[in-house]
Amino acid sequence: MSTEAALLTVTIDGHDLRVPPGTLIIRAAEQAGIRIPRFCDHPLLTPVGACRQCLVEVACPCPDGSLRPMPKPQPACAVPVVDGMVVSTGLTSPTIKHAAEGVLEFLLLNHPLDCPICDKSGECLLQDQAMSAGRAATRCTAPKRTYPKPIALTSQILLDRERCILCQRCTRFAAQIPGDPFLTLHERGQSQQVGRHDPNAHDDVPHPSADDLARDGQAFASYFAGNTVQLCPVGALTSSSYRFRARPVDLTSVPSVAEHDANGSAIQIETRRGQVLRRLAGDDPQVNREWLTDKDRFGFSWQQAPDRLTVPLIRRDGQLREASWPEAITAATKGLFEANGVGVLPGGRLTVEDALAYSLFARVALRTDDIDYRSRPRSQEEAEFLARHVAGSGLGVTFEDLGNAPTIILAGFEPEDEGGVVFLRLREAVANGSRIIMIAPFASPGAEKLSAQLIPTIPGAEAEVLDQLETLTGADLSKAILIVGERLSLSPASHPAALRAAGRTGLGLAWIPRRAGERAALEAGLLPGLLPAGRTREDAEEIAEALTSDLTLPALPGKDLAQILESAATGEIGALLVGGVELADLPEAELARAALSRAFTVCLEVRASEATALADVILPVAPPSEKAGTFINWEGRMRPFPQALPTMALSDARVLSLLALQLGCDLDLTPAAAHRLLARLGKPTTSDTSQTTVAALAPGEPPIESPPTSLPIAARGEAHLATWRELIDCSRGVDQEHRLNADARAAIVRLSPATAEEIGVGEGDEVTVSTTRGEITLPVRLTEMAERVVWLPRNSPGSQVLPTLGKVQGIVRIQASGKEAAS
Amino acid sequence: MTTLTPLLTRRWATPESWRLSTYVNDGGYQALRRALAQEPSAIVDAVKASGLRGRGGAGFPTGLKWSFLPKPDGGPRYLVVNADESEPGTCKDIPLILADPHLLLEGIAIAAFAIGCHHAFIYLRGEVVHAHRRLQRAIEEATDAGFLGDNICGAGFDLTLTLHAGAGAYICGEETALLDSLEGKRGQPRLKPPFPAVEGLYARPTIVNNVETLAQVPGIIANGPKWFGSLGTEKSKGHGIFSLSGHVTHPGQYEAPFGITLRELLKMAGGIREGHDLKFWTPGGSSTPLLTADHLDVPLDHESVAEAGSALGTRAIQVFDETVCAVRAAARWMEFYAHESCGKCTPCREGTSWLRQLLARIEAGQGREADLDLLGEIPDQIVGKAFCPLGDGAPACVTSSLLHFRKDYEEHIRLGGCPFDPVACIPVREDVA
Repeated sequence: MSTEAALLTVTIDGHDLRVPPGTLIIRAAEQAGIRIPRFCDHPLLTPVGACRQCLVEVACPCPDGSLRPMPKPQPACAVPVVDGMVVSTGLTSPTIKHAAEGVLEFLLLNHPLDCPICDKSGECLLQDQAMSAGRAATRCTAPKRTYPKPIALTSQILLDRERCILCQRCTRFAAQIPGDPFLTLHERGQSQQVGRHDPNAHDDVPHPSADDLARDGQAFASYFAGNTVQLCPVGALTSSSYRFRARPVDLTSVPSVAEHDANGSAIQIETRRGQVLRRLAGDDPQVNREWLTDKDRFGFSWQQAPDRLTVPLIRRDGQLREASWPEAITAATKGLFEANGVGVLPGGRLTVEDALAYSLFARVALRTDDIDYRSRPRSQEEAEFLARHVAGSGLGVTFEDLGNAPTIILAGFEPEDEGGVVFLRLREAVANGSRIIMIAPFASPGAEKLSAQLIPTIPGAEAEVLDQLETLTGADLSKAILIVGERLSLSPASHPAALRAAGRTGLGLAWIPRRAGERAALEAGLLPGLLPAGRTREDAEEIAEALTSDLTLPALPGKDLAQILESAATGEIGALLVGGVELADLPEAELARAALSRAFTVCLEVRASEATALADVILPVAPPSEKAGTFINWEGRMRPFPQALPTMALSDARVLSLLALQLGCDLDLTPAAAHRLLARLGKPTTSDTSQTTVAALAPGEPPIESPPTSLPIAARGEAHLATWRELIDCSRGVDQEHRLNADARAAIVRLSPATAEEIGVGEGDEVTVSTTRGEITLPVRLTEMAERVVWLPRNSPGSQVLPTLGKVQGIVRIQASGKEAAS
Repeated sequence: MTTLTPLLTRRWATPESWRLSTYVNDGGYQALRRALAQEPSAIVDAVKASGLRGRGGAGFPTGLKWSFLPKPDGGPRYLVVNADESEPGTCKDIPLILADPHLLLEGIAIAAFAIGCHHAFIYLRGEVVHAHRRLQRAIEEATDAGFLGDNICGAGFDLTLTLHAGAGAYICGEETALLDSLEGKRGQPRLKPPFPAVEGLYARPTIVNNVETLAQVPGIIANGPKWFGSLGTEKSKGHGIFSLSGHVTHPGQYEAPFGITLRELLKMAGGIREGHDLKFWTPGGSSTPLLTADHLDVPLDHESVAEAGSALGTRAIQVFDETVCAVRAAARWMEFYAHESCGKCTPCREGTSWLRQLLARIEAGQGREADLDLLGEIPDQIVGKAFCPLGDGAPACVTSSLLHFRKDYEEHIRLGGCPFDPVACIPVREDVA
């Protein structure tokens, strides 16, 4: 009742409504189905009241009960409802109808009316309103305002200023949502225009330094710049990759889920004649709201890249040759069947249906537990943490929880580069007063945009920080959230420390990996000893019963990725079944090459890769847009999507099903069966995994005991290596997007001023970072950071850390470029 | 017959009127001492009781504005002085700053004390570098003498005063655009609410007052609110500077009680220039609709001028005689508004430019009959729909000139050119000629 009493009454065009306090008139009207025309209004941006298209007449009650009309029409997008307010829109007020027509006429005065060649035509707010409320002919005979067109705001985003109606949606987005003011208003009056933010415009603003520059030499734009194209109500902002290629009316639009990160962002895939032409953000308030990273928006060509595998290949006489599906399936099963053991490496990009197919195919058809999806740095502690506290835990910490937590701590996680839209939700939290604490060697650009508080930490020493979290932060952490990134697996004892911190303080834990298939892989049980739905080896009977199939596992848990590769390289395991694995992502890349070369290798891949080059049988599989499926995002939320494109390609599950059939194994690997199985199993009920919420662990009873480690001290001329992947880098997901790549951050080395001085380099000088394996030379950017720590982008042009240096953490040599190392 | 009341302008003719010594010898800063001995709320009450209304054009009651401030919460609250005098024809604040800066500074100190402000800002129009220099020097003098800075007059009140020069935008005279500009952003008006009294400069409670408004405060404190209320009219109390410019024999500043008429002012100013007759005049700058010789006896107070169809505005009375082409005047003014529109809202940005284009065409003799209909309709699409008063006031010159002098427009179209001699309207001073 109290909430009902708190509602306000408003009358709009004679309709009485009850709305919560703070509701804007325009939102209240939407509830009543009354459409108020608008341009600058956007529900996720702060009101600006600039376009004046949404004016309404407003009367408010006086203390004596009489209604007092406001002297001027008011912008419905900016005025909150007051109890007893009476509103007239253009539907009932001739004044307002006239006002809206007047604004529309003004907006069209200088508009080029080039709808026939405009990308936005067909989905343009101005066009819609001009068609419904505009004049048939102009009353203005003066020449129109023109500009040279277009301006490249970034290499991906183009601005046609003469189409712009100056609604400030893009500039407000840039400043408010990602906090990247890469575009801004210039000039005034008739000359007012949107333009690139010029950091040199004011002497008191620092000039762009190396790390603010994109590869094309422009000042760094934004990982989220593409949202402005979708936000633009007219055709002023367009993307260079979609420009002039299609009309909305030509496109088939399919709702889908983005595949580049673990967020499961809702997208619309827009296709024509079997080709994806663009992707838009879907509207999912619980997950990505209406925003996308540029990687998710523009990175789709990889799915139809020239190196796409379309027909099966079999190695004959040392050469990979095209084969029919029956031939390839027969060859693959023969090899797998005859081998003395098969190791399964499915990769971390699978849907839950495909992941479950791998899991069951390995356990039932191949009768092996030698399975590990993690083609990235990993640890046994992490595996235990994932198996016990993530797999089968259902929906845990959510995006909404991030928005409401008073304190959010980040460990092994750079929010902007590794979090995507998580970063935007954290920005929202900060705007609502949350405090962000980052356990990292320095405050990254993303951390600065979150006003994050840094706990300067050498990579590897996170456990010691986590054990003193309350003292270090001085905060009540009972409602806090600790985000654990996948890089934390590089730090010994850190997962137990995170669990101990949760047990002590009651904070919530969220594990946010990078890849889209990580959580589904856990739910499917793609780790040795882990079965579907968080079940363990002890629950094998329960699984067997659910499957109505025989499931006898070897006595001991199977091998993990490193052990599988070692065994395959020595011949102990005779065959490998490999999914989407890039060998260069593995710390054991050389071992992997040896293993794949020696073992009989079957690859299920979308595109030719280093792994397929070493395979014996290649079975092409469908990329996400050519199959239906379900990603599970880091929250544990199911993100189902339909097939967007017609295709001949088969899903991983379908291919595995064919292999199972050929092996004579009656295994139902269809998506329907996968969902039946997960529904039947539900959450685990056995005591070992019933905890599921980490916060419920009893204080002082850490589940995994592990002593903290003390790191070796880096000597002069040495440094602890810190690195992570930037959002837009040499990843194969965006290697076809040259425009997007030109907007990526330029590669630099970061050192503290004192450490730089030790090796005799200053800002911008070239520094060589080396191991016995190789060296990387890049310009240095002096950064306030922990001493004797060096940071490099992990997978950027000129900075391929893992392949070049052979490691991503630990001690490396640093020296001024061209000088001999001081030994 | 109303007489002049030189209070704000009393010292203007004194040699070196701007010096602190001149001001102090004439009893300056006594009101500040008196104010500091009172409760701050007593000052607010006195200003409220005096009936002082804002002198920046809108005429909002000053004491009432001050009382809108939320209760002190321990954080800063600011006083911002609007000295961005840019309205065409308005020339009262800058002369006041040049001739008697300490009167303003005393008013600022008293107002700051009244509202609990310890850091005040003066936003001065950027073009008036000479006024900037003089005001800066006056602030230094007053600070050295203990009338500003720490522990003012030994009464334990601290006030830092910062002088900031604008960068040449008319819109920054609008109080919220002024605040944005003062914060270092582009000067564009803000949405209200929140009003500056609640969230103003740096999102803190802020009072924005005009120069002349604050210059009235020492007088009210020294002579009492009753004395102030005895001047002027029932609802527009007190006195103010009337700035006469244009075709008058002796243009200049005439300080008089509200309610004086233009007929009286013209008499004091020696009338319209010899041999000519009044054609039209603006009562308060170019944003107020034109009045004509029919309005010579309208009392110049907020209510009477509004009743006559215009607004008192800043009392910038621009006088034009019969040699002036109404189309030309409107076209020049509209060039100003189109140039100064900040561009934020559609009606003002697009509407003023369209009007400018139309007026230019008519003035050049290329207008058409239908253009006059547009001149009637376009203002209607702007007024009341614009974001801030700039747009709402901009078309006033078009609407009122069309109302009173439609014949001028029709003649342009009929003749294909201007019927007026453009040289005849240039005032020639006999001593120079």
